[in-house]
Amino acid sequence: MSVNKLSTEESYKSLDKIETDLLRPMTHHKGFELWILFLILIFIVGGYAYFIQLRDGLGVTAMRDYSSWGMYIGNFVFFVAASLIGMFISSVLGLLKIKWITPITRIAEMIALAFAMWAGIVIVIDMGRPDRLLNVFLHGRFQSPILWDVTVVSTYVAISLLLLLLPLIPDAAIIRRRLPNLPKWQMKIYDLLYLGWEARPEQYRIIKKAMRILAILIIPVALAIHTVTSWLFAATLRAGWDSAIFGPYFVSGAFVAGVAAVIIAMYFFRYNYKLSDYITDFHFNRMGQVLVLVSAIYIYFNLNEYFVPAYKMRTAEKLHLDEMFTGHWAILYWFTQIACLAIPSFLLIFKRMRRPFTMLWLSVLVLIGAWLKRFLIVVPVQQHPYLPIQNVPESFHHYIPTGIEITLTILPFAGVLLIITIIAKLFPVISVWEIAHEKGVDESIIK
Amino acid sequence: MEEAKNLSNSSQQEENNARRGFLKKLGLVVGAGAAMTAGAVYLGYDHEQKKNPDGKKVRVLTADGQLMEVSEAELIEAANQGTNEESELQRRGREGLPGKHWVMVIDLSKCRNARMCMAACQGAHHLRPEQHHINVLRMQDAENTEPYFMPKPCYHCDNPPCTKVCPVDATFKRQDGIVLIDNQRCIGCRFCIAACPYSARVFNWIEPLKSEEDKDIPYDVELNVPQRKGTISKCLFSADCLRKGELPYCTRACPNGVYYFGDLNEDTVTNGTTRETVRFSELIRKNGGYTVLEELGTKPQVYYLPPKNRLFPYQYEGKTTIDPEDSRVGGGRG
Ligand code: SF4
Ligand code: SF4
Repeated sequence: MSVNKLSTEESYKSLDKIETDLLRPMTHHKGFELWILFLILIFIVGGYAYFIQLRDGLGVTAMRDYSSWGMYIGNFVFFVAASLIGMFISSVLGLLKIKWITPITRIAEMIALAFAMWAGIVIVIDMGRPDRLLNVFLHGRFQSPILWDVTVVSTYVAISLLLLLLPLIPDAAIIRRRLPNLPKWQMKIYDLLYLGWEARPEQYRIIKKAMRILAILIIPVALAIHTVTSWLFAATLRAGWDSAIFGPYFVSGAFVAGVAAVIIAMYFFRYNYKLSDYITDFHFNRMGQVLVLVSAIYIYFNLNEYFVPAYKMRTAEKLHLDEMFTGHWAILYWFTQIACLAIPSFLLIFKRMRRPFTMLWLSVLVLIGAWLKRFLIVVPVQQHPYLPIQNVPESFHHYIPTGIEITLTILPFAGVLLIITIIAKLFPVISVWEIAHEKGVDESIIK
Repeated sequence: MEEAKNLSNSSQQEENNARRGFLKKLGLVVGAGAAMTAGAVYLGYDHEQKKNPDGKKVRVLTADGQLMEVSEAELIEAANQGTNEESELQRRGREGLPGKHWVMVIDLSKCRNARMCMAACQGAHHLRPEQHHINVLRMQDAENTEPYFMPKPCYHCDNPPCTKVCPVDATFKRQDGIVLIDNQRCIGCRFCIAACPYSARVFNWIEPLKSEEDKDIPYDVELNVPQRKGTISKCLFSADCLRKGELPYCTRACPNGVYYFGDLNEDTVTNGTTRETVRFSELIRKNGGYTVLEELGTKPQVYYLPPKNRLFPYQYEGKTTIDPEDSRVGGGRG
């Protein structure tokens, strides 16, 4: 895309329009308080559920000695998966010099940061002794994949935060100029963040270089978080988890979940924040294509993961696969694989389907499937250990999540939405200066 | 002897650096002096004597029973270390019995599902009825083979996948081969349950059975009592009994002579019922002993003698066959 430089006068006019459009949602946000109230309500209910779990022990969940990892771990894997999208959009597509991503990079990074931060909390919810969290640092053993996970997830959160904050510097300067009447505490944030931005060429050089370095750095870290998370399973000897392709299988699945999440967010911001001039049909079309691409890769890995063992039907694998294909989990399994993966990605091949509204619903399906898939990866395998499950109560044979578990699974989602809501309230969800750049506005006036 | 030397000649302290390094790792228990009466426990002997030349000297009893004199400033108080007794139990529990390599042999031809082992075990470790350190399973290897009973403790694998994954070293393998749990350190992540291919581990999902009665007992890693909510438990090869020179609880409780227990280094195992001691290697060789799922590379230290020439036919709840739902065909012998 070649950028036509605008004249000074046109530049001012164009920048003014961009600023007005993109900053408006920060001051005009109908129902904002109600929405926050709703989220707080979920927090209160969730907090109470967690209190009960702390008081009575993990026995309030459906987890027992055999299915000892349940929804919480599935949720954790999902959160880590969804957080990969920041790296995918800003780094992979960004470094490939794909220009159309400009209006959606910040949305992707917000989602990434929120999910990554909450992933850490989700895993604490699953701990039997959260009061001993510090033991991980006091007595940490580096042989354990959990330590690797702690290391890479916190690194990822740090880099994602920087990747979100850096492009906010020029925007903070713009906000200071355009919205001087915001509350004092809010202005303080921009004062801190704008770092004396004056749109000097030197400053552009530094910020672009820093963003590029981060974009490169984040790739191996992002790959690591999900690969290591997959190793929590692949590093065991259990039939169904003991798989050599779990790393790429999880990573490719993560992109599917993340792209779907971004499409949903794009839809929401486009209509609620009235940004249809910026997040256009063209962007939806492109994201639809991306979803088809990542789904195709994921389907390929699914084929490897299920078809190859199913061809051989080794005793231990057979028990697990039978339950998945035709047994207890069959309905959920086929719903996930067909309705939530195969059908949406097939439909999106057609241009007619790549319209905002249809894509919204297909993405919702894909995202639900992505969550269910994590559940199906975590839970059923444990119900078929090598030695039979005997002499234990009936509840040890099954896993049906309890109300507390469901509440504490919803809670982190409310947390993610809260983080996104706050970021979207404090900052424009589309990078003002980068859009202005793209439109050919004279660089030196973007401050 | 050594003790006396340390005491009488405190100027020789400089020469004891090597031991101090060792003590530093283990932590110091203050023995003599006022601190003792207060029952305080100190940890982390910092060798900074040169920096505090005029610090007050106190005598301390190290965890391995040595008396030493150190300057007071070098002692750092450690929080939540419980009593002296507890830290001594921790120390010896983690160290194990030198020179031993414990093994168990289970003779499947004699097991008739009496479950005395299970009862004795649950009693000793204060377990709930559904928590099994040892579980007698109903097994059938293939469709047309005879079902049999198989007691399954923890196999105290020589290459234990469970200890590898523990993030905090709360489950560990000692020099005598026993895999233990430290429920004062366990964070309840249950990664070890996921990693154990033999389903040998149990979790305290709710308040343990006797948590009220046990709350003042000092924690013994070798018995894993008191049990704690939110932490792991499993078979410990009755490490507390072995320390006293006794056979494990299950081994002694069996009325049918199923269990042999002993030391691989001595190549002897003793039957818990008959008290007959035999050569381990010979017992295995003559009876075709094997380990379960050895292709996983875990190197179990519990051996089985096959269920042949049985004194009685398989019978469970009046049936001589197994419901395939109950015991999956093709388990057991791998
Ligand atoms: S049987 Fe399971 S718990 Fe016991 S040592 Fe082996 S892997 Fe660990
Ligand atoms: S549950 Fe406890 S013993 Fe098991 S791996 Fe986690 S911290 Fe270690």
